[in-house]
Amino acid sequence: MKVVLPTPLAEYTSRRREVEAHGATLGELLADLDRRHPGIRFRIVDEQDAIRPHIKVFVNRAQEASLDRRLDSRDEVLVVAALSGG
Amino acid sequence: MRSSVAALRVLVSTRKGLFVLGSDARRRRWSIEGPHFLGQIVNHAVLDPRDGRTLLAAVRAGHLGPTVYRSTDGGRSWKESAHPPRFPKAASGGDSVSHVFWLTPGHARQPGRWYAGSSPQGLFASDDGGRTWEGVAGFNAHPDRRKWIGPPGDAPPDGGTLHSINVDPSDERHLYVGCSSGGVFESRDAGASWTPLNRGCAADFLPDPDAEYGHDPHCLRVHPVTGDVYQQNHCGIYRLDRGRARWERIGRAMPKAIGDIGFPLVLHPRDPATLWVFPMDGGTVWPRVPIGGKPAVYVSRDRGRRWRRLDAGLPRAQGWFTVKRQAMCADPLDPVGLYFGTTGGEVWASFDEGASWSCLCLHLPHVYAVEASAAP
Repeated sequence: MKVVLPTPLAEYTSRRREVEAHGATLGELLADLDRRHPGIRFRIVDEQDAIRPHIKVFVNRAQEASLDRRLDSRDEVLVVAALSGG
Repeated sequence: MRSSVAALRVLVSTRKGLFVLGSDARRRRWSIEGPHFLGQIVNHAVLDPRDGRTLLAAVRAGHLGPTVYRSTDGGRSWKESAHPPRFPKAASGGDSVSHVFWLTPGHARQPGRWYAGSSPQGLFASDDGGRTWEGVAGFNAHPDRRKWIGPPGDAPPDGGTLHSINVDPSDERHLYVGCSSGGVFESRDAGASWTPLNRGCAADFLPDPDAEYGHDPHCLRVHPVTGDVYQQNHCGIYRLDRGRARWERIGRAMPKAIGDIGFPLVLHPRDPATLWVFPMDGGTVWPRVPIGGKPAVYVSRDRGRRWRRLDAGLPRAQGWFTVKRQAMCADPLDPVGLYFGTTGGEVWASFDEGASWSCLCLHLPHVYAVEASAAP
C-alpha cells in the first residue's frame, strides 16, 4: 500500500516521499518499511512501540495511535512530522 | 607537543547542527566548516583519539527519534548507526531514549569500545566503533536505578541525563558516570555492578545533608594520566579524596562574591593539579549566567586550594551568556588551548591557558558542546 512520508524522513528513501510497504497491521507495515529503508522505524516509533511525540500517523486521513490498527491493501498511510518547537 | 601536531580541530555541537573549527598548531588562523546535520540537534560530537579519524555525533531532529551518526573520513560522509541506543521493550512503563546526550570513547586498550549516555538516564556501549549499541544492563536494569534517578516526572526541563562517562586511565573496567539528577556512580567491573559515589557532596535540595544519592553533578572529569577525579556540581566544586571515598568541596576557596556554581569543568591534559571552571550565578532563582554579567574563567593550579580569575579579553559588562556542561574543553598543545561555546552562538578561545581570550566565531546556533582534538 502507499505510504506518504514527511521530508525529514526522506533521507531514508532516496528522497522519495511516496513509497510502498505492506502489512496486515500498522505495526507490520512499519516493520516492512524498516526492512526496505533500514533505520526509518526508530525515527517514527520508540522502543516501547509508541509513536513519537512530534510524529502523527494517519490511515485514510484518520489519526491512529495504535500499531495494532488493522490495515487493508487499499488503505493509504500518511506519516506527518508535526510541530516540534523552534 | 606543538611541533608534532599538524592540525587542530574543534567540534562545535549546536542546537541546529555541527560545525568544525580548524587550525594548525600555531592557532593563529582558523577556518570554519559546516553545518553538518543542518537543523538537527547535535548534543555531542567526539573524535576517537585512538584512531584519529572516527567521529561520532549524537543527533536528534526535532520531530524524529534519536540516533548516532558515524564518520570515518573526518566528517565528509556520515552513516547512521544500524542499532542506535535504545532501552529494551518492556511489558509496560519502559523507558525510551529521548536523546543521546553524551559520547565517550573507551579505553585505549579497547579499540572500538564507546559509551553513550542518554536522556532519561541510561548507559549504552558499542564494541564496533559506534555501528551498533547495547544497553549496559548493570546500570539500566539496576534494581536501585529508579530510586537513584527519581520518578520520570522529576527531571530538569530538557529531561534527566546520564553524562560525564569517564574511564579510569589505569583500569578499563573502572567506570564513572554522572546522572542529573541521581549523582555520581562508579563500577569496577566494566559496568556489571554500580555503587553511588556521593558522600561529602552537598545536595541542598535534599533533606538528608549527607545523602547517598539524588545529587546533581553537572560535570565530572577524570584526569587522563593520573585518574584524579573532580566535579562541578549543582552545589559546588569538588575533588574526590579517593582514600576516604569522599568529596572535598574545593570550591569553598572561590571568592565569596563569585561562588562555586557552574556547569563545565576542564582538566589540564598533563598536570592533574590544574583545572578551570566557568562560574555562574546560582543565587536567587538560579539565573545561570556570568555573575554580574561579567564572564570569567577561574583556574586553580594547586588542586583547588586557590583560584585565580581569568577574564582578559572577555566582555567587561553585559555578558549574559551561559556555558553548558559539555561546552568547554582543552586542547593537548603546550601551552594548553582552552575553548568555550555559549548559548548565544559564540566560541571563545585562549591559547595561553586562560590568561587571555579572543572570540573565534559569532552567530552560530546555541552551543551544546565543544571538543578539541589534534592530529599529527
